[in-house]
Amino acid sequence: MQHQSHPPASTTTTTDTDTVLSVRNLSIDYHLRTHILHAVRDVSFDLKAGHTLALVGESGSGKSVTARALLRIIDTPARVTGGTITLTGPDGPQRLDQMTETGKEIRAIRGGRIGLIFQEPMSSLSPVRTIGAQIVESVRLHRKMTKQEAKAETVSLLRQVEIDNPEQMADRYTFEFSGGMRQRAMIAMALACNPDVLIADEPTTALDVTTQAEIMDLIKRLQVSRGMTMLMITHDLGLVAEIADDVAVMRFGRIVEQGPVDALFHAPRTAYARALLGSTLRLEAGQNRPAPPTQGEPLLSARGLTKGFGAKSWTGKTTWAITAVDNVNIDLWPGENLGIVGESGSGKTTLGKMLLRIVEPTAGRIDWRPQPGAAPRDVTAMDRRTLRTYRQAVRLVFQDPFASLNPRMTVKQVIGDPLYVAGGMNGAAIDRRVGELLELVGLDRSAMERYPHAFSGGQRQRIGIARALALNPQIIVADEATSALDVSIRAQILDLLLDLQKRLGLSFVFIAHDISVVRYFCDRVVVMHKGRIVETGTAEHICTTPSEPYTQALISAVPSPDPRNKRMSQRTRLSR
Amino acid sequence: MLGYIVKRVFLMIPTMIGISIISFFIIQLPPGDYLTSVLASMADGGQNIDEAEIARMRRIYGLDDPMIVQYWKWISGIVLRGDFGYSFEWGRPVSELIWDRMGATLGVSVAALIFVWAVSLPIGIYSAVRRHSFGDHIFTFLGFLGLAIPNFILALTLMYVSFAYFGQSVGGLFSPEYAQADWSLARVWDLLKHLWIPVVVVGTSGTAALIRILRANLTDELSKPYVVTARAKGLPEYQVILKYPVRIALNPFVSAIGWVLPQLISGVTITAIVLNLPTAGPMLIRALVAQDMYLAGSFILLMGVLTLIGMLVSDLLLAALDPRIRFT
Repeated sequence: MQHQSHPPASTTTTTDTDTVLSVRNLSIDYHLRTHILHAVRDVSFDLKAGHTLALVGESGSGKSVTARALLRIIDTPARVTGGTITLTGPDGPQRLDQMTETGKEIRAIRGGRIGLIFQEPMSSLSPVRTIGAQIVESVRLHRKMTKQEAKAETVSLLRQVEIDNPEQMADRYTFEFSGGMRQRAMIAMALACNPDVLIADEPTTALDVTTQAEIMDLIKRLQVSRGMTMLMITHDLGLVAEIADDVAVMRFGRIVEQGPVDALFHAPRTAYARALLGSTLRLEAGQNRPAPPTQGEPLLSARGLTKGFGAKSWTGKTTWAITAVDNVNIDLWPGENLGIVGESGSGKTTLGKMLLRIVEPTAGRIDWRPQPGAAPRDVTAMDRRTLRTYRQAVRLVFQDPFASLNPRMTVKQVIGDPLYVAGGMNGAAIDRRVGELLELVGLDRSAMERYPHAFSGGQRQRIGIARALALNPQIIVADEATSALDVSIRAQILDLLLDLQKRLGLSFVFIAHDISVVRYFCDRVVVMHKGRIVETGTAEHICTTPSEPYTQALISAVPSPDPRNKRMSQRTRLSR
Repeated sequence: MLGYIVKRVFLMIPTMIGISIISFFIIQLPPGDYLTSVLASMADGGQNIDEAEIARMRRIYGLDDPMIVQYWKWISGIVLRGDFGYSFEWGRPVSELIWDRMGATLGVSVAALIFVWAVSLPIGIYSAVRRHSFGDHIFTFLGFLGLAIPNFILALTLMYVSFAYFGQSVGGLFSPEYAQADWSLARVWDLLKHLWIPVVVVGTSGTAALIRILRANLTDELSKPYVVTARAKGLPEYQVILKYPVRIALNPFVSAIGWVLPQLISGVTITAIVLNLPTAGPMLIRALVAQDMYLAGSFILLMGVLTLIGMLVSDLLLAALDPRIRFT
């Protein structure tokens, strides 16, 4: 290997002495079957010692593959086609791009000098080996230690990431850990060998806001105490404002804007950065929709709704291991958007499913008025036939636009399916109706004959909405309908839903963990915690001046997209 | 874990009772009984037997009793005295006939299983890791060839080749001079010389299937984030593959214990006849044709029991391999 001590001449910015990792003109191509995709083009950035650089972008912008390219672990169809990656350590600069992908030198860097944390705490640790074994392995790879020493080091690492009873927890498997604990274990593993650089690829995207705040606190604290440099990859501008020093905004494989975090948020130079910031801030501001009246007869009202999960013991007595939803009362008035907010495990999804009677309630009743002024009917007592009419009036929009559309059905079949199931329409009429629905959700009629894979996430979610609208419903239950989408798409979909509401007179039950989305979309909000309703109020009240301590903790853990007004780090903490 | 094993063994008892009842009734299903088929063959030979004589034999053999009584006699004999009944056709107790055959069957199964594992594991890993490479296509081609060729044709071909080119004695598990000899190194060597043909023949289709399964499973696992994690730790590539995704993709290998045995008995009877193997399949067929009910019933029962044990072993191994199964 040729040893180069100087960065190449194409360097545009001067390399400071405290630059730990320097990337110049990095380009990555995907060699696909039919064409070559330029995933990353001419990307240059520097990581300064002890600083945090945030790489921001929407899905498909090439930010993750850039991070992986630094460790030379990109998947086979992708190939680095140019550029240099220089890691400067105590023994001089090393050119990572010139090392062979499976060679000894790069393996010493991976884990040893650069640690990596991923988005999926569920699947980024092997389920069949204990947490301890996986960390011990990492420790022993880079540090000369006996098994006992490595074991002791592992326990101390787990203690540093604030896992209780680290001795016992080291012998547990990943599925015995909660999401937040897995991410802590993952951090312990990445830090096992005191790396100079930590790459965090969407480290908290899969976590709740409160857990996210705790994990980010932890990362920040460890970073400061170890003097680590961090490259953080995220799509969440709020998080960037809270923890980054510098920002690089990526779009279509290029860095479109780069600079200190304050400059991006208060003086963005490019249109794209402004648009990205705009869609984040718009959600933050809330909308000024006049709330519909909440007097008179509610459309749907649930009383004492309870769901327990557990098993009948052999004596026939039922004991609930978990009470997912505990004695919940909610009302939905015509034309209203009711938000249900809570951390994962708070029972909000189970509640939504019970409203549709996909999950049978253990106790309680749901009253539904088919028309305003009509006598209420008890949904929990309906037989199969009347339940069908109920389910035609109350429809569901799912979270995952990729999993909720059958990949082997055309868009026409997907949207037309409820019409077909309801009966009474011939082929031509279904065609016409599907065309109308597609236009209603802002898609072209010609989309009908294509399959879901041909559409982006936002377009698929539109298809899902069209399917929910097919039978002219009264109420739509949207379960995390926007959480899988990028920020800009998220705002579009929410606007589409609001527009549809105005035109079709719909009511929404909007289940979400994302407070800003709820604030933008909902009139009233119900906050759930451990199966119970903690607080109910108008969206504005819940989001600005919540009265319950739990709600205060939840709201203050939401990152604020303004580096001059950090909220997450000054949040209200609930004693556990 | 111990509780799990005890529970599984306990649960096997009702299953075994079910198997014994079903196997007994299956062999009773064809119209007539052993005597009918004897009479038919005697009549073909021009002999005649007195009606009273037939009735007397029926009574002695208990063929006139209600089915439930016959079942009880049969099963209580097996459970209480290890007496599997009497083979009408061979004129000997079933237990004398059956054990050698079962031993040979088990031996060939285990050898075939080891062969299947030894061949499909490396090839499956190679095919998954180097997907769409030249080598993968070659193995895929050979694998499908192995699946497509009927076993008995492969058996005949291998027999011809080893006889014509290597001068080996073929058929059976031993050369004539060793067939009745005591165990010795020479006899083991002779066994190995014979065993490879049935093992290859029986194992080929299983190998092909398992390679495809492993390739598909491992392909899924290879793209999981934990593999990237392992790589990002700085592990050497072969350790990344073997310690992480292969460990999880191994499940079908262990499950193979459960299905190789039944496949060997029911699926490859023709092969066993062609190769003149002293396994259970050919004898079971003869017993069924001759309506030799106790012999056939005992075979079916023992196969069922062996399959159950195979399933138990594979489930326990799975639990040892995968904590997610162990803990739920």
